[in-house]
Amino acid sequence: MSTDSTFLETEPGGARVRVWFDGTPLDLPEGANLAGALLVAGVSRFRDTPVSGAPRGPFCMMGACFDCLVEIDGVTRQACMTEVRDGLHISRAPSSEAWRDPE
Amino acid sequence: MTRSDLVIIGAGPAGMAAARTAADQGLSVTLLDEQARPGGQIYRDVDHVPESRAARLGAEYTEGRRLTRALAQDRITHLAGAVVWAIEEGGVVSYTRHGAAAQVTGAHVLLATGALERPMPVPGWTLPGVMTAGAGQILLKQSGVAARRAVLVGAGPLLYLVAVQMVRAGSPPLALIETQTTADTARALRHAGGALRGWPYLRKGMSLLAELRRAGVPRHKGARDIVIEGAARAEAVRFKLAGKARRVACETVYLHHGVVPNTQAARSLGVPHRWDAAQHCFAPVVDRWGATERTTVHVAGDGAGIGGARAAEIGGRLAALDIAMRLGALSKGQRDALAQPLFRQLDAERAIRPFLDAAYPPNAAALLPEDDTIICRCEEVRAGDIRRYAALGCLGPNQAKAFGRAGMGPCQGRYCGLAVTALLAEATGQTPDETGYLRIRPPLKPVTLGELAAMHDEAKDPRLDNLDH
Repeated sequence: MSTDSTFLETEPGGARVRVWFDGTPLDLPEGANLAGALLVAGVSRFRDTPVSGAPRGPFCMMGACFDCLVEIDGVTRQACMTEVRDGLHISRAPSSEAWRDPE
Repeated sequence: MTRSDLVIIGAGPAGMAAARTAADQGLSVTLLDEQARPGGQIYRDVDHVPESRAARLGAEYTEGRRLTRALAQDRITHLAGAVVWAIEEGGVVSYTRHGAAAQVTGAHVLLATGALERPMPVPGWTLPGVMTAGAGQILLKQSGVAARRAVLVGAGPLLYLVAVQMVRAGSPPLALIETQTTADTARALRHAGGALRGWPYLRKGMSLLAELRRAGVPRHKGARDIVIEGAARAEAVRFKLAGKARRVACETVYLHHGVVPNTQAARSLGVPHRWDAAQHCFAPVVDRWGATERTTVHVAGDGAGIGGARAAEIGGRLAALDIAMRLGALSKGQRDALAQPLFRQLDAERAIRPFLDAAYPPNAAALLPEDDTIICRCEEVRAGDIRRYAALGCLGPNQAKAFGRAGMGPCQGRYCGLAVTALLAEATGQTPDETGYLRIRPPLKPVTLGELAAMHDEAKDPRLDNLDH
């Protein structure tokens, strides 16, 4: 995981809480959009695809594309639709177990 | 189960305006929206942003507070964070909220589901670091986050607005790589009359371009053969300008070549759709009030046809007036009298559209990508796969889905549906209308058994008895 962010936080400050991404502790703004906060923290690869294992990250930021899927406490969720809360254990959605349509 | 006169899906400008208009006519309204706060994407988090950020985003953004504040009306129940996954006959709307499924019934349903960015499948568009321009703007609005070394790629006024907002945020983009040509501009001038009627938009566009010039952001126009390079993430954009190869190293790429109606919900209800050749997309068939052939379903805002935030707001009000009449709260004469000034405003709002549609056509290469380019992000189906299915006799998108899973992933075709239709239409020589679109079935968004079970506990819905064990 890269630690030098490609994103600029224009209003730093405010309360931060500790979360873990793939075991690495990160201090993110409490209540922030999780996808945005992870991007600022230097995470670009959120998941690997189930088909080819290709890396993916947030694309639409509005809940439509499902490319920002991560696993939080065992449940696959869209990071862009999740708020940062203290103690989240986040992991890269494993390629073999990423959400698939039941059809 | 909650019952309302009107259930509205989407708390953007159309949904919010419709909610207030309907409530003012005495209807009870339930407004469902996926986001934690009202505003839609255009006014995302407008009540929540610090003033410094609001100032950078501009007066047109904070204008949205007029609509969010109007939601404070006794007859309006705004359910934030509600993910709608099914809309059924009889106005039964199923959604997930706080980890539990629930249902609400409306005598009438208004779909105000807004727009999606038109997918721009170019080589490398699935790499981390590549996002839509709208996503870049959401990062600015909701999180106050700006990409540091970004390029904006595509065509259209949204690119200028996002670029200027990034300049104001202290992180100017490295370049704009634009696909429209001088020939497009010349063609657009045929619509100069409409453009002049839409003068405030033209003036705003020119002032954005002036701000970009002052900030020294380079613009490359008429770009062709766009490729995003990178292994684990986006590293550069390669393109051609007048036949000469160019390359801009970067860390973030924001893609944009227009937005298209988000039709998933209307499609799931069987509302007929028609190809709009000027805007290169499907739109639901609605009358001027947003009424569909399904008598208890209206569609308003960008989901009914792209017109922008102001037009969406007016469309929401018109739909609400028509619904109020159908539910007996207004006479036809009262509806028409209230609507008359709104129709005039709507005409003025839409005047600029033919000019914009002609000046910033979607990037042609991304409408019909090369064989190797992924079009279905979820299932990694490539353009060449769809062409191969067509050669095997596959005529429509639903057959293509069965052949190769395009549209079968969690996004349910939101980012490949139009590309599949375009590729099949090209291969078979049929029109987009003849080719058709993916059939959309519930769940519109994933729902877990746990969420369904939580609804069962609460609602004792007999249909879910078999999920009990």
